[in-house]
Amino acid sequence: MTTLATTTRVTDAAAPLDGRQPIAPLLERVRAGRQFSPNVLSTVDVLQVLYDRVLRITPATVDDPDRDRFLLSKGHAVAGYYALLAAKGFIPPDWLDDQGGPANRLGDHPDRTLIPGVEIGSGSLGHGLGLGVGTALGLRAQGLLDPRVYVLLGDAELDEGSNHEAIAYAGAVGLANLTAIVVDNFSATHGWPGGLATRFTANGWTAATVDGRDHDALHTALTGHHGHRPHLVVAVIEEGK
Amino acid sequence: MRDRFVETTTALLAEDPRTALVLADISAAAFAPAARRHPDRVLNVGIREQLMLGVAGGLALTGLRPIVHSYAPFLVERAYEQIKLDLDHQDASAVLVSVGASYDRAAAGRTHLSPADVSLIDTLHGWTVHVPGHPDEVPALLRAAVAAEESAYLRLSTLSNARPHGGDGALVVVRDAGPGAALLVAVGPTLDAALAATSDLPVTVAYTHRPRPFDTAGLRALVDSEVILVEPCLVGTSARVVSAALSDRPHRLLALGVAREELRRYGSAEDHTRWHGLDASGLRRSITGFLSPALV
Repeated sequence: MTTLATTTRVTDAAAPLDGRQPIAPLLERVRAGRQFSPNVLSTVDVLQVLYDRVLRITPATVDDPDRDRFLLSKGHAVAGYYALLAAKGFIPPDWLDDQGGPANRLGDHPDRTLIPGVEIGSGSLGHGLGLGVGTALGLRAQGLLDPRVYVLLGDAELDEGSNHEAIAYAGAVGLANLTAIVVDNFSATHGWPGGLATRFTANGWTAATVDGRDHDALHTALTGHHGHRPHLVVAVIEEGK
Repeated sequence: MRDRFVETTTALLAEDPRTALVLADISAAAFAPAARRHPDRVLNVGIREQLMLGVAGGLALTGLRPIVHSYAPFLVERAYEQIKLDLDHQDASAVLVSVGASYDRAAAGRTHLSPADVSLIDTLHGWTVHVPGHPDEVPALLRAAVAAEESAYLRLSTLSNARPHGGDGALVVVRDAGPGAALLVAVGPTLDAALAATSDLPVTVAYTHRPRPFDTAGLRALVDSEVILVEPCLVGTSARVVSAALSDRPHRLLALGVAREELRRYGSAEDHTRWHGLDASGLRRSITGFLSPALV
C-alpha cells in the first residue's frame, strides 16, 4: 500500500518553517487518514519555497494592494496549500480538520471568499492564468509596480485551451509582473512533445525548468525573471519520487 | 446603440481611472482613440473570449471596474463558464455589453445569433440586465451600471423603437386601456410593434428596458388577470419571473419571443422579426387568439 510511502514522503518534506509550525503534522491533519495520490503532494515543495522565500504576503497583508498575489489554479492541490496557510498563520490549524465537511471553510477546492489569503476560488481547470493576467494588468494600470502575480498550474491543466489564450497574450504584451509555475508530474494524457516550456517561450516568455523537489533550484527559478517579460517556472516531479 | 456605447465608454474611461475596457477584437477600431489615451485600461486581448472574461475578473479583483464587450454569442455563450467562475464565483463583478442581439445579423447565420443570452445570464445570481429599446437610452443605463458595484449585462441591438423611454427600468405605462384590460409588457425594442398590434384592443401596454431585476411590484400593481409578455430574446425568458410574481393570483400568461427552433434562414433582422411573429401583425394574431379563448 502507498499509505506508508506517502507518509514518509510527507515527513521528508517537513523541514520546519522559520520556527513556525512544521508542515508535516498539518498535512497529516488535512489527510485525516485518507489516501493521497502523489499529485496532491507534488506541489508541497514549490508551495514551501514560495511562502518561505518568495511571496511578499503575510496574514497581516492579505488586503494590502501592494502584496504579491499567489493564485492556485490547480485547485485540487489543496492539501499542501491549506497546510501551508495554516503553518503561516493565515488560517487556524483547527480548520484543517474535517476538510470538505458541512461546517468547514476548506473545501476540496478553495473558495477565496471563505479563506483568508486565498486569491481565487479554483477547481475547474484553466481559469487561474486568465485571472492572473487580468490581475497583473490591473496592478499595472494602477501604478502598483512592486507586486508580482504567481499562478500555479499543472501540466495536465495546460490541456485546457484557455491557458493558451493567456500564454499567447501575456507574451505578446510583455506582461512582466506575471510568473506562471507549472508543476510537471507528467500527468497530461497526451504529453507535451518538445517540452511544455516551449509553448511559453515561443510566445516570448522567459523560462526555467528545475527539479520540483530542489528548494534552492526552485528559489533561483522563481526569482529569475528579467523584468520585461512574463516568466515561467517548470517544476519537474519525476514519476515515483 | 453601439455608437452611443462607444461614446459613453470613451467618456467614462477619461472620467474615472477605475474604469477599464476589455475587448476581443470586436469594436476595437471604434475604441482606438480611447486605447491611445488609456493604453493600460483599454485592453484588446485578440480573438480570445475566455481570456477576455478572465482578464475582466482579474482586473476586478484589483479594484478596477471592467466593461467587457463583444458579440452576444461570443461574450455570453462562448465564455459562460468564465462569467460564472471568473466573475461571480470570485465575488468579482463587471459590466458586460453585447452587440448582435438575437438576429441582428441574420444574414450571418446561426453562429452569430444569440437569442438565449438573457436566459443564460438569468441562471446567475444578482445580475442586472438591460435591453434598451432606443440608442438614447444607452448612455444613462451604461453610466448607472458602471457606477454600481454589481454585475450588469447590457444587450444592444440594431433594432429600436421610434422614441426613447427613460427611467430606471420600472414598468412605464405607455398606453392605458383602463380597468380590467390585459397587461402587455414590452421589453426593449419590441414596444413599437406591440403598440401597433394592440392599438384597438383592450390591452394596457407597459414598457421596460430592464428585464432583470424585473419590476414585479409594478407588474402586480398593473395586472388584472391577463399578462402578455413580448421579449426580443428567447421566448419565455421572463415567464418564470412573471409567474412567480403572480403565484398568489389566478392569471393567464402569454409569452412571446424568439423561437427555439433554428430557422436556417438568412435575410434581414426585419425578416426574422416577422418569422418569429414579433412584427405588429404577428403579435396581433397571437394576442387576439389569447384574448378570445371562447373561440377555441
